Amino acid sequence: MATKQLDITKEHCPMTFVKTKIELSKLNEGDILEVLLTEGEPLENVPKSAKEQGYKVLNIQHIKDSIHKITIEK
Amino acid sequence: MDFTESQIERYSRHIILQDVGVEGQQKIMEGKVLIVGAGGLGSPASLYLAAAGVGTIGIIDHDVVDLTNLQRQVIHYTADVNKSKVDSARDKIRQLNHDVKVVAYQDLLSSDNIFDIIKEYDIILDGTDNFPTKFLINDACVLSCKAFSHGGILRFEGQTFTYIPEHACYRCIFNSPPPPNAVPTCSQAGVLGSIAGMLGTIQATEILKFFIGRGQLLTDRMLTFNALSMEFRNISFSKNKNCPICGEHPTITKLQTYELPVCEIKH
Repeated sequence: MATKQLDITKEHCPMTFVKTKIELSKLNEGDILEVLLTEGEPLENVPKSAKEQGYKVLNIQHIKDSIHKITIEK
Repeated sequence: MDFTESQIERYSRHIILQDVGVEGQQKIMEGKVLIVGAGGLGSPASLYLAAAGVGTIGIIDHDVVDLTNLQRQVIHYTADVNKSKVDSARDKIRQLNHDVKVVAYQDLLSSDNIFDIIKEYDIILDGTDNFPTKFLINDACVLSCKAFSHGGILRFEGQTFTYIPEHACYRCIFNSPPPPNAVPTCSQAGVLGSIAGMLGTIQATEILKFFIGRGQLLTDRMLTFNALSMEFRNISFSKNKNCPICGEHPTITKLQTYELPVCEIKH
C-alpha cells in the first residue's frame, strides 16, 4: 500500500477536488492519499465529494492554523 | 496520459464528474469522430466535441458558406460567406481548442470514398440534410461494423438514434430512401434555427457517452421532439430480421448509389 501527499492549500474550488481526483487516479485500490487543505470551503467540500464518489475518508486532522490533513483511501 | 496544468483547468468540470473523471476525459481525448456535414447539426456538435477535447475531429463537407446558412449553422460567421465550410469550421475549432486534431475533407461523401474515410474513426455523426447520404452512412457503417449517430431536423421537429453494431439500424425502420421530393428538404420547408442546436447537441452528447462508456445510448430507440409543443418521445424499435442490410437474409451486400437532390450538388 503506497501513501502519497498532495498540497491543495493554494487551490480554489473546484480545482481543490480536481487535483485530488487526479492524484487519486494515479493510485491503486487501497492506496492512501494525504491531502493538505485549508478550512472553509475546501475542508467542507473535498471530503464530502470524495465520499460521494466512492472513496473512503479515513481521517481528518488539524495540522496548524487553518490547515488540515485529510486521509483518503482509494 | 498525463494532463498539462492548462488541460486540468480546461477539463476540470469533466474531471469532477463521477461518470467522466480522469479516465473518461482520457477516453474523450483519445476519441476520433467523423462529422458528416458542417451545417446545422455539425456546427453545434463539432463545437461541443471540440470543447470537450475529443482527440480527432474529421469534418467532411463539399460546400461553401452561404448567407442562408448563418441562421442555424453557428460555427460559420458572416465574414465566412463564400469560404469553404470545412475551412471555416476548422478555424473555429482551432481557436476554441488547440488540443483537437482537425481533419478537413472538402468533398462529397460517396460510395467511392466512404469506407476509406470512416475506417479512421471510432464513430460517425450524421449531420446531413438528404436521404441518399443518410442511407449511405447507414449502409457503410453496418457493413464495416462502425457506430454512428443519426440525426435529422425539419421545421420544428428533430429525430435521432445511435447505431451500435449488432443493434437495429436505420434500414430496420426505413427500408429505403423516400422518392425524391416526397419529403421536403430544409431549404424547401424551412427549419427553426435553434432546433439544429438542440438536436446537434444531443448527438454530441451521445458521442461523448459512447467514448466514456457510461449511461444508455439511444440504441434501439428513436428520440423525437417537436419544439412547438416541446414534447420529447422515445420510440422503441428492434432489429428487423427482414432488414435488407442487417437482417437474416440481406439483399444489400454492397453500397447503393442513390441520386442526390439537385439542390445538394449545386456547388
